[in-house]
Amino acid sequence: MKVLVPIKRVIDYNVKVRVKADNSNVDLANVKMAINPFCEIAVEEAVRLKEAGTVTEVIAVSIGNKSCQEQLRTALALGADRAIQIDTEENLDSINVAKLLQKVVEEEQPQLVILGKQAIDSDNNQTGQMLAALTGMPQGTFASAVKIDGDKVNVTREVDSGLQTIALTLPAIVTTDLRLNEPRYASLPNIMKAKRKPLNVKSAADFGIDLTARTNLIKVTPPAERKAGIVVESIDELVEKLKNEAKVIS
Amino acid sequence: MSILVYAEHDNSELKADTLKTVAAAQAIGGDIHMLVAGSNCQAVAEAASKVNGVSKVLVADNAAYEHQLAENVSLLVTELAADYDHVIATALTTGKNFMPRVAALLDVTQISDIIAVESSDTFVRPIYAGNAIATVQSLDSKKVITVRSTGFDAVATDGSAEIVALDKATDAGNSSHVNDELSVSERPDLGAASIVISGGRGMQNGENFKLLEGIADKLGAAIGASRAAVDAGFVPNDMQVGQTGKIVAPDLYIAVGISGAIQHLAGMKDSKVIVAINKDPEAPIFQVADYGLVADLFDALPELEGKL
Repeated sequence: MKVLVPIKRVIDYNVKVRVKADNSNVDLANVKMAINPFCEIAVEEAVRLKEAGTVTEVIAVSIGNKSCQEQLRTALALGADRAIQIDTEENLDSINVAKLLQKVVEEEQPQLVILGKQAIDSDNNQTGQMLAALTGMPQGTFASAVKIDGDKVNVTREVDSGLQTIALTLPAIVTTDLRLNEPRYASLPNIMKAKRKPLNVKSAADFGIDLTARTNLIKVTPPAERKAGIVVESIDELVEKLKNEAKVIS
Repeated sequence: MSILVYAEHDNSELKADTLKTVAAAQAIGGDIHMLVAGSNCQAVAEAASKVNGVSKVLVADNAAYEHQLAENVSLLVTELAADYDHVIATALTTGKNFMPRVAALLDVTQISDIIAVESSDTFVRPIYAGNAIATVQSLDSKKVITVRSTGFDAVATDGSAEIVALDKATDAGNSSHVNDELSVSERPDLGAASIVISGGRGMQNGENFKLLEGIADKLGAAIGASRAAVDAGFVPNDMQVGQTGKIVAPDLYIAVGISGAIQHLAGMKDSKVIVAINKDPEAPIFQVADYGLVADLFDALPELEGKL
């Protein structure tokens, strides 16, 4: 059984992003980039399924310009078998990303597609669900456990009130939450080996999909700064301030 | 213009966040209908009919919607969407799960997690864990939107909308519910509490979260945690406050042993008053705190509990 893992190149999660002075967008020039943390968890899960003998092939796919090949090589070093880069310079809306991925799903016919639940740049949390709708597949979002059982997959989901387990008929879509697994570090030999694994490049334009933008980014501004607070010296002073100054406790 | 708001509920109670989502719908402006999709959910429909600003409540009461599985609910909402310009849900786990499916079935993109409305097609939403605020115009003819409830004030509940039963049972047949393991707590919901006290890696282990419980009980507070505390296995993920957990904006947020990573700040920095207790005076949490106390939490927490 094949697993497809779409991944995204994003700002490294340790880096605090800055807004450009002209408020046109955030400034990503010379900023450290990395594989989106939730996508990394998706790769790890697919590789573990392969190591467990459930899965025969793990295919990583990313949509972006040549620079996202770096993240695809990371996925290969973590254990993916081959990679596909869908080349575009555009910053695509989720619906258009999902449409491109739909074409890849039609070509590759995976039984399972594992994606990160959200990218930490746009914070949209959409692509997996959209791909599920377009392919007619069921979805297990925000997964903390994935168990394949014959022609079904049981997915335990992180929901607001706790955990929910659902059963999906394969082929299915899973999106990862942070407790699904702890991704491994790529070893040096595996990083070297990844350089020789196949990475195919396809042009987004060749898929014959209308990729017209659906949104117009009008401006990007920094968030309102909080006013600097004060340091209190004791619990007594803290309680006094909360009662009489902030008036949030009585 | 006409707007369909999806009611967030558990078949017995209408979630208070829905009242804030209706406020977002009012900011867009138009005739507002509310959809209650569930099973044996008449009590929710009654509650929905009292929500101010809602002129009609549509109830799809069918076993197919008992667990609000995304496959089934998205088919229903997509069908109903034909009559509306905007379809809106709360950005909680149900809405986040099924709404992008609706968007894709309608061939539109979704505008997620809006915190303000500029006009009927232009919305404000945080990106990069709230370190940037984007103003985005939707170019699609139909708008599919999820609302971050901390951005809006709840509407009142003294209305009386008409309730209309829908005879629908859209069952995709490719997913089923197995079981729920719900956290049981006597304390208020994290999202609804006016006071939240959260622990971080500094708590050292799950057992020590008991130190927060006495204070939470005295204040009527909910207990949260940072991602670091969840990752370390101290507490379950449903307690996580942050970019990928719950977004809260209580009147008072007390951060204990939390360094203040940007991912955590994203989930709480809109709180009215923030208190930080941390033994590291350089911890970034102090930059957003109104009141900071540099102290060992194992001394400070028992003392605080005693003085409340």
